[in-house]
Amino acid sequence: MIALTDYLVLGAILFCLSVAGIFLNRKNVIILLMSIELMLLSVNFNFIAFSRFLDDSIGQVFVFFILTVAAAESAIGLAILVVLFRNRRTINVADLDMLKG
Amino acid sequence: MNFVAPDFMPVLPELFVLTMACLILVVDVFLEQRQRHISYALAQLTLLGAALLMLLSFSRAPVVTMFGHYIKDAMGDLLKFCICLASAAVFLYSRDYLRQRDLFKGEYFVLGLFGVLGMMVMVSAHSLLSVYLGLELLSLSLYALVAVDRDSPVASEAAMKYFVLGSLASGMLLYGISMIYGATGSVDLQVVADAVAKQGAATNLVLVFGLVFLVVGLAFKLGAVPFHMWLPDIYQGAPTSVTLYIGSAPKLAAFALVMRILVDGLGSLQGDWQQMLIILSVLSMALGNLVAIAQSNIKRMLAYSTISHVGFLLLGILAGTPEGYSASMFYAIIYVLMAIGAFGVVILLSRAGFEAENIDDFKGLNDRNPWLAFVMMVVMMSMAGIPFMAGFYAKWVVLQAVVSIGLVWLALVGVLFSVIGAFYYLRVVKCIYFDKSEQSEAIEMSGDVQIVISANGLLLILLGVYPTALMTWCATALLN
Repeated sequence: MIALTDYLVLGAILFCLSVAGIFLNRKNVIILLMSIELMLLSVNFNFIAFSRFLDDSIGQVFVFFILTVAAAESAIGLAILVVLFRNRRTINVADLDMLKG
Repeated sequence: MNFVAPDFMPVLPELFVLTMACLILVVDVFLEQRQRHISYALAQLTLLGAALLMLLSFSRAPVVTMFGHYIKDAMGDLLKFCICLASAAVFLYSRDYLRQRDLFKGEYFVLGLFGVLGMMVMVSAHSLLSVYLGLELLSLSLYALVAVDRDSPVASEAAMKYFVLGSLASGMLLYGISMIYGATGSVDLQVVADAVAKQGAATNLVLVFGLVFLVVGLAFKLGAVPFHMWLPDIYQGAPTSVTLYIGSAPKLAAFALVMRILVDGLGSLQGDWQQMLIILSVLSMALGNLVAIAQSNIKRMLAYSTISHVGFLLLGILAGTPEGYSASMFYAIIYVLMAIGAFGVVILLSRAGFEAENIDDFKGLNDRNPWLAFVMMVVMMSMAGIPFMAGFYAKWVVLQAVVSIGLVWLALVGVLFSVIGAFYYLRVVKCIYFDKSEQSEAIEMSGDVQIVISANGLLLILLGVYPTALMTWCATALLN
């Protein structure tokens, strides 16, 4: 039997990986989008684990909402990415430096 | 299992905004460019109609509906009323600016209305699920709005930064929510509050973990230091009409977000989150006011000023008393009034092919349009907290709330940094009245804009001299 803490640790590891992906990545904006997606999925992991062990269905309902919002979010993210590439001809994170001060 | 339809009457304003936003989306497709003012008029009608609906159904006692996900109470009604009016003013100021830049399209108004809907859901949320959905509806609309000027390299960069950091903040908040759900077994804020009160913080590691992530997520959304880095870039990079939108009504929604989660949901952990808010507040006041001095771009300067105002806003909340909450609410409403005024003047100074972005562009404004110069002076002095301006009284009540719980040092820090902050506000006033302008042509604006911007400025004086009415309104809104 896998304990609740095992699920939570896995969720925490995935979450840390995604945050590290956002802050360490200096190359490509698409990797940022992937990290954001991973972050939401790690939260989903938490919700499902809690929902299973608390024997309460709200957690699973919440996961459906998160999945839907995540789909809308990546749609907007990719749309902004396309606009960005059209204007700048690059999607390199290090090149996004016009706004500084 | 039979389905009982919830009571839809309390949700009427939200349903109205939703229906109208969808309607405008469809109507706009059939309009030619020269008929675009129809979508604009419909959007204004929606906002004023929703404000009117709120006014007619002002609640005495809280009503919970939609299976416990939605609450209609006096605080929510007052905030939503202000959100609708503020957004209507934003649309009005933006109209000519958008027209001159070929951005006068239905998208701006539809996205704006969906943002307003998101804010209304956030303000009236009674469960962590509706908090999250409202927040995302607002955020997704804002990401798209920042990128609405598709040919601007700066705006698209700002949109990308906003998207990544905003999503990170949502992720943090969501992680916190999942922990709170795990610790309490529910997302309903009332159930959460009862469960938390029973458990207490120190014993439950999951709960403390959840609280930390929630506070980080909220700080990101508010723009409190050290989670502020997105704010100046987005304010500077976005088209001024969008900056105006982001800088105004969403601050009221963010205040409501903090109130709903920290006070309604986790009120019994007040001792724990008070510490974190003190740190956020001191850092925001310090960094916001000091860095603003070094700015030459007025949008960036106002962004740092926003950060410092967030610090003051947090002072009232961290006091943890009803007086503190109502002081913060008063501060939030006055702040929105000032932000609309300040960005409103910036947007009115811009013309086709010219952005009034630098403080130098304000030089000699008094010779070009004395009335606009006067309004800008009132707004700046109010932001600085000069006596007999609304901003002074707002600062006064939050500091009073902090002093009344015995944190005198914190109030002194607040006073110190607001004195430092007065420098860069008064520098703008000096530019307006004592410097010579490089441009000499007068600034024209249409009649309705003139009326609203005048009312905006005069309201700041009126509320400074006679703040009791609004203050009582805020206090009674938070009591029941």
